[in-house]
Amino acid sequence: MIPELGNFSLVLALSLSILLSVLPMVGVYRNNPLLMTLSRPLCAGIWVFMVVSFGCLAHAFLNDDFSVRYVASNSNSLLPWFYKFTGVWGGHEGSLLLWVLMVASWTYAVSLFSRNLPLDILARVLSIMGIISVSFLVFMLLTSNPFDRLMLNPPADGTDLNPLLQDFGLIVHPPMLYMGYVGFSVAFAFAITALLTGKLDAAWARWTRPWTNAAWAFLTLGIALGSWWAYYELGWGGWWFWDPTENVAFMPWLVGTALIHSLAVTEKRGVFKSWTVLLAIAAFSLSLLGTFIIRSGLITSVHAFAVDPERGLVLLAILLVVIGASLFLYALRAPVVKGTASYTMTSREVFLLINNILLVVSTAGILLGTLYPLIHEAINGEANMVSVGPPYFNTIFLPLMALLTVFLTIGSISRWKKTSTAFLKDQLVKVAVASVLLGIVLPLFITREVNLSIFLAVSLALWIVFGIARDLVTKSANKDSLVKGLKSLSLSYYGMQLAHLGFAVIILGICLTSHYSVERDVRLAPGQGIEIGSYEFIFQGVVDAPGPNYRAEAGTVDVLKNGRPYMTLHPEKRTYLATGAVQTEADIDVGFFRDLFAALGDPRGEGAWVVRIHLKPFVFWIWFGAFLMAAGGVTAILDRRYRVRDAVVRDVPPEKAATGLGMKSPVEAS
Amino acid sequence: MNRRLKLFIPIAIFFIMAGFLLFGLNDGRNPNLVPSALVSKPFPKFTQPSLYPEMGEFSREDFVGDILFVNIWGSWCPPCHVEHPYFLELSKQEDDITFIGISYDYSMVEDRDFLAERGNPFDYNIVDLDGSLRIDLGVTGAPETFLVDQNGMILYRHIGALDADIWREKFVPLLDQIR
Repeated sequence: MIPELGNFSLVLALSLSILLSVLPMVGVYRNNPLLMTLSRPLCAGIWVFMVVSFGCLAHAFLNDDFSVRYVASNSNSLLPWFYKFTGVWGGHEGSLLLWVLMVASWTYAVSLFSRNLPLDILARVLSIMGIISVSFLVFMLLTSNPFDRLMLNPPADGTDLNPLLQDFGLIVHPPMLYMGYVGFSVAFAFAITALLTGKLDAAWARWTRPWTNAAWAFLTLGIALGSWWAYYELGWGGWWFWDPTENVAFMPWLVGTALIHSLAVTEKRGVFKSWTVLLAIAAFSLSLLGTFIIRSGLITSVHAFAVDPERGLVLLAILLVVIGASLFLYALRAPVVKGTASYTMTSREVFLLINNILLVVSTAGILLGTLYPLIHEAINGEANMVSVGPPYFNTIFLPLMALLTVFLTIGSISRWKKTSTAFLKDQLVKVAVASVLLGIVLPLFITREVNLSIFLAVSLALWIVFGIARDLVTKSANKDSLVKGLKSLSLSYYGMQLAHLGFAVIILGICLTSHYSVERDVRLAPGQGIEIGSYEFIFQGVVDAPGPNYRAEAGTVDVLKNGRPYMTLHPEKRTYLATGAVQTEADIDVGFFRDLFAALGDPRGEGAWVVRIHLKPFVFWIWFGAFLMAAGGVTAILDRRYRVRDAVVRDVPPEKAATGLGMKSPVEAS
Repeated sequence: MNRRLKLFIPIAIFFIMAGFLLFGLNDGRNPNLVPSALVSKPFPKFTQPSLYPEMGEFSREDFVGDILFVNIWGSWCPPCHVEHPYFLELSKQEDDITFIGISYDYSMVEDRDFLAERGNPFDYNIVDLDGSLRIDLGVTGAPETFLVDQNGMILYRHIGALDADIWREKFVPLLDQIR
């Protein structure tokens, strides 16, 4: 009964989405405020029914209802309850349900936090988001219904959740990632609205910016969590593989980053308008492309969604309609949203343009590398297979990022419209000299080895950090005291600097861990140990340790630091009972400056095992930097000016503003 | 070029890409052709000596472009004795596959004697001297057999003794896709 209720809720959500995508839009063109105001309650209704539907699937999982096909193939009665719950998004159908729930949540959020928006703009934006809901609900109900029953002979037990997914990282990774993916639909809807109305002013950019920042922050966390999961769960100590599954999440992130910067220019200076619109369309299109590539079976994916050509075709059709229509609209309407202001060669506008070009070129390089095997195969046939690996991606990506870093500091210190070269020199020469000098001296002093890529990376990271410090001092110079000056700076300014600082931290993390990690595989009998740096690892043997749904062989590795007991690692080798899958569980001691990593190899007789020991300095900084970036995005959203009503109304023609503020929707009134 | 026409560049690029995506959905296309480092793991890098000291060392790069049949075995392992005669037959019959035997370090002498006595099905015999290759492969014990494609991606892993039935059911369909 409950699964049928879930199914029914999905159908109701679809019906309301169809109404949402049609009625407010009709209202706009008939100038009927009643139809336009309907958009808000419709959003609330869709959201409620999606939550009910999600709850029904969760109920089926938690109560082991194996007559539901999706539950039977993604759960097992022995699974701990929290993995039963997260099993809801452990496969294709359920994660699609989560995806649509996220669309509904963002739509509902826009309808709630949009008091400042003129009603006709809001009606258009919500209608467009309604179209996205409709597409994916139809797709789900036609090809991937999570509530399908196994009518004849429901199995007594499920086939289990993929052991790789039985893990904390995987509980939070998909919701974060989808929040980011789907969050770009808001910027997309605003962009399409701008094309429809032909009106793209500072107010438009100010509405769009916080939503874009929010989606970007979620996507940043989602990607970082995915990378963290690969690092400790796959057990090889790697953290980024340039795998297609990673690339398709990374591309919308890069374009989203470009969009954030280009939106700033559009808001402050009223230029790059049609470029901003194109980036907003591209960011969401790349999100859709990612969803398509992962779910169509086009490539092998770690998510192991069942491959079904029919699904792929329906998804491709959605892509063609949504992306094709919006790019067509762009081609026709882009000239309407033309920029007016002028700027000079040394203005912040130009430096941000360079930032945008570098980010978009990197994205294009990654897109080409990801799809190249497919293109090659299409042209040359199956006999000539190629694979594109990390050497290609690193060659393309790293130099572009180094260049981006150089311009990052110049851009954030420069001024709008025109920056005098004397000012730039005054601000940056000392920063440049200091960062290059320290970038060479520090690593040389600590490691006593000459390594050019380390020098370069440390210099670039310091270039960002010193640039931030320099700018803070300059910006607060005209106040009485430094504290007063710092207090007068806006939250969106601090958000930017925090995100830039995060980027510097990531550069350091990636470079130092790549060069200074120590990885050893050794055969150890109980009581034997090895020494790495100031640490000594002593293997104490392996015992049998039964888990809830697996058998494990649990090892004990005592760690001594400078000869004194420090801590103990417990790497495991697990055999999952339902499927017989063997899984290596590494144990990692996470530290701010280094990770200690131990994994079990295979038994070698008389209690001896092959044990893999890693010492990975600064690896934590990669994820810590990503966290700082996301925190920067959130800080910028909190800036007052996004919530001040006056500031927005000023930019809106009087009659529109009157409709927008005069009409209260039923939801708002209640 | 006309300014208005330039605005159609994005949609043109998108439609070209969509064409390739449609091609990718072709029935019967092997999705492993776009390899995933996270699922079909690449065969790990290694440098290990030959079982026969005069032959020197081998590394993964020596076998790039070949279809590999990699068998982890030891003369001390009874199921390895069971599958051995079938391997002799198989290596004669499959010319385009490179057969690699990987021995454990503690049975080098016995393994050499075993091959000399009962025949050598392998094109190359390698000793996993420090056990690192077995960790990288996630080997649980002997025997285990890996099928690796020309791109160095592991297509299939079989745990336990291999016979003609398993070969026909599991290995042959995969081989048909990559040949």
